[in-house]
Formats: sequence, structure tokens, C-alpha cells
Amino acid sequence: MKITNALISSKNVSVLKHQKFILENIDIQINKNDFITIIGPNGAGKTMLLKCLMGFYKPTSGSIERKEQLKIGYMPQSINVINTMPMTVKGFITVRKKYDDISLNKVITEVNIREIVDKQLSVLSGGEMQRVLLARSLLNNPDLLILDEPAQNLDISGQLNFYKLIQEIYSKRDISILMVSHDLHLVMVSTKKVLCLYKHICCSGAPQQIAKDPEFLAMFGKDMANMMSIYQHSHDHSHDHSYLVGEE
Amino acid sequence: MSYYGESIAHSSLLGVGLGILLGTGINFGVIIVCLLFGILFLWLQQSKILSTDTLLGVLAHLALSIGIIVISLNRIKIDIEAFLFGDILTVSSSDLWIMYLGVGITILLILINWSSLLLVTIDEDLARAEGINPIYINLLLTIVLTIVVAVSLQIIGLLLITAMLIIPAATSRRLANSPGQMALIATLVGVISVISGIFLSVEFDAPSGPSIVVISAILFFLSYSFKFLINKD
Repeated sequence: MKITNALISSKNVSVLKHQKFILENIDIQINKNDFITIIGPNGAGKTMLLKCLMGFYKPTSGSIERKEQLKIGYMPQSINVINTMPMTVKGFITVRKKYDDISLNKVITEVNIREIVDKQLSVLSGGEMQRVLLARSLLNNPDLLILDEPAQNLDISGQLNFYKLIQEIYSKRDISILMVSHDLHLVMVSTKKVLCLYKHICCSGAPQQIAKDPEFLAMFGKDMANMMSIYQHSHDHSHDHSYLVGEE
Repeated sequence: MSYYGESIAHSSLLGVGLGILLGTGINFGVIIVCLLFGILFLWLQQSKILSTDTLLGVLAHLALSIGIIVISLNRIKIDIEAFLFGDILTVSSSDLWIMYLGVGITILLILINWSSLLLVTIDEDLARAEGINPIYINLLLTIVLTIVVAVSLQIIGLLLITAMLIIPAATSRRLANSPGQMALIATLVGVISVISGIFLSVEFDAPSGPSIVVISAILFFLSYSFKFLINKD
């Protein structure tokens, strides 16, 4: 393990609350150009893990190292307090940010929000709001983008478009991505590594490998595994899926 | 967060009582008690034992009750009503200088921390991700609220301070397009309310606090109909 090259690495990170483990012995390493998707049921500690990795929350035990000068772009699930205060999209994206017009324009084009940039936040649709949050997280050219269930409130076509956008950003920018997502079948194409979390890391690996993992099957069932294999199928015809279908 | 201001205002009566009792002066007593109360509240809120509403409801009224008890037990010769509803005649010229100082510090603190305050208001996690510790910003807000309560106590009265924290801001929300505009318009609405409220209070010999609040509420309703008329066009 070359810890020095990792953007963020954690060792034996545990979080204990009210004598219960929220996270237990998490070892995770995020390297340059990684695209890691964390999946897990509700209450699995996904958001807590993100908070620990970003340094919002100090774990009960274990250590977390972040590369010096690491720039993180964070996109929360949603923001709610927008109706008490009038604010334009541009105003929101640039609050407390050092930016120049070139990078602002680049981000606006990249996430396709030019038409709404002068609108009030309160009138945006769900999909527009997510793109605005994404724009804000990209404005300081982060090395690592951390997304917490970014497409949770979108309809299916909104989700597809959003993940396509993430994929584009990942391939165009020299960036690493760490994402929490339930829509595994949709992110299959882009993600390089899936990490299955339920307080501890149950299993991890490439998406097609993870579908074979007994722990994954125990948690998400065969339906999910089959669905993943279907989506994977169109991209990897050489793969043998016989281990998934035909059982029982 | 508006009711956080109300709770701090309620605790100010204890500050008035203690200030007179210990001979430190009303302003000093109010600032110390409100500040301690605000910090106690932030600390309890962080520990997440109770919901914020419950916490405020218990602490604010406890502080108000203790304040009234302290004042009445010691038979301090003050007019509680003046502190509850405001009485502009109790303001001395030295009080005025304290108000100028308080207003100056408040404006300065808000201007310096403007963007951090905005971001914490929008989303605390987003603020954390960008290197702001929301605890410091909340502490700053406590300090600012404390100063505001201390300087407006004698004019508005502690029962109605919350009204002046909420109504001008709500009025301006209808008219503004950015947070900066909203703050400016709210200030303007506040100034107009106070000046006209005081005239009203002189004219009808009414207490100053309620008069100011009535004017600001009228402006609030006007702003709604104004917006309505504009949208009609």
C-alpha cells in the first residue's frame, strides 16, 4: 500500500455512538483517477463515512490521512434553506469562492446551466438544482469530487442524464470521484470500483466482480445482481454470467 | 433561528435584574446574561439531547421567569413594563452612545463574516466542506444577537424584539433579489418603522415598542400587495 500517493486514506476508522458502531474498522483508499461508488442500505453509515473522510467528523478511533493541499468538491444530497433568502444561481455558486470568469464560464457550460444562471434558486426544478450544486462543487477545480446520493430526488430520465454528466466530467477532468448512490444499475457503466458498506466494508471490487460476492448477494439479493449483470452485459460481452442466472 | 433571538431576548430580563442588583448597570448585565444563555443553548444544541424547539421553549421561559423573580424579590424599583414593551423615555444620552457602539460592532462583524454567514445559512455541511466551522459562525450570530437585544431592549421591549428580527426581513424578502439587497432593504424598513413608530407613540402616548411593530407590520402587508400589483402587470 502506497499511502503517500493516496488522496485520502483511512485506517481502522470506527465511529461509536451510544455504544453502537456506526462505522467499524474502515480501511479505504482513494487514489488519483479513482471512481468509487459506495452502496449500502439506509443506516449503513455512508454519509458518516463521507463526513469522516472530509474531516467534518472525528472518528472514535482510527486515522485518516488527506493529501496536503487536497482540493475537495462536495455535493450534498440537497439543500433546503432557500426560500427564506432570495439568491440567484450565480450568487449561490460564487458565495465565498475565489474564481475567475474563465473558470466560472467553463463550469456553467460543463453542467449546462447557462439559461438558468440568473434565475432565483427557489424556482429551480430538482434536476436544475442538482446541476447547480454540482457546478458549485466544481468551481475550485477539485482533485476529488465527493457526491452524496446526487440523483436521489430525480426521476429516472433525470437520473440517467445526471449520471451521464458525472461520467463526462470524470472523463474530461483529471479528477477522482467518490459517490454514494443507490442507483447502482445506472452508475455501473462509469464506476470503476464498488464498495459495499454496512457499518463495515462488506465487499469491494469492480462492479462485475462484486455481483458475485456472497455478501453482496446476501444484502441486495439476486435481483440486483442480475440487474447489474444485464446493464454490464451491453458493455462487456466477453463476460460469463452463468453464475448468476439459472440458479434456483 | 428567529426564535433563537426571542429566547435570548427573554433571558435579558434576568440580565436587567442582576445588573441592577449587583450594581454593574443594565447594559452590562444584559450582555453577560444573554451571552451566557446563548452559549449554553449552542452547547446543548450540539449535544442533541433535546429538539431545538423544546430547548428554546424551556430555557427562554425559565430565564424570563427567573428574571421576574429576581426583580420582584429584591423590590427593585424598576418598571418591568418598560422592559417588556419598550419605553423610549428611559433611554439616556449615555445609553445612546452604547447603542452607537453596539450598532457599529454589529455591522462590522456581519460585513467581515458575510459570505460565511450566508453559506452556513444555506447548508452547514456545504460550509464545512469549504473550511468553515459552523460552530464559530453560530457563536458569532449569538454575539451579534446579544448586542442587538441589549441595544434595542429599552426601545422595543424584550417581548417584541423578535418581531423586529423577523418582520423587516420578511418584508424585504418579497422585494429583494439577492441576500445583500435583502439586508439593505430590511435595514431601511427597520429604520422607517422605528422613526414612524416613535412619532406614532408621541402622537398617541402609546408605548414605543408596539407602535414600531405595528408600523413594520403595515409595511410588511404593503410589500405583499406591492409585489402582487407588480406581478399583475
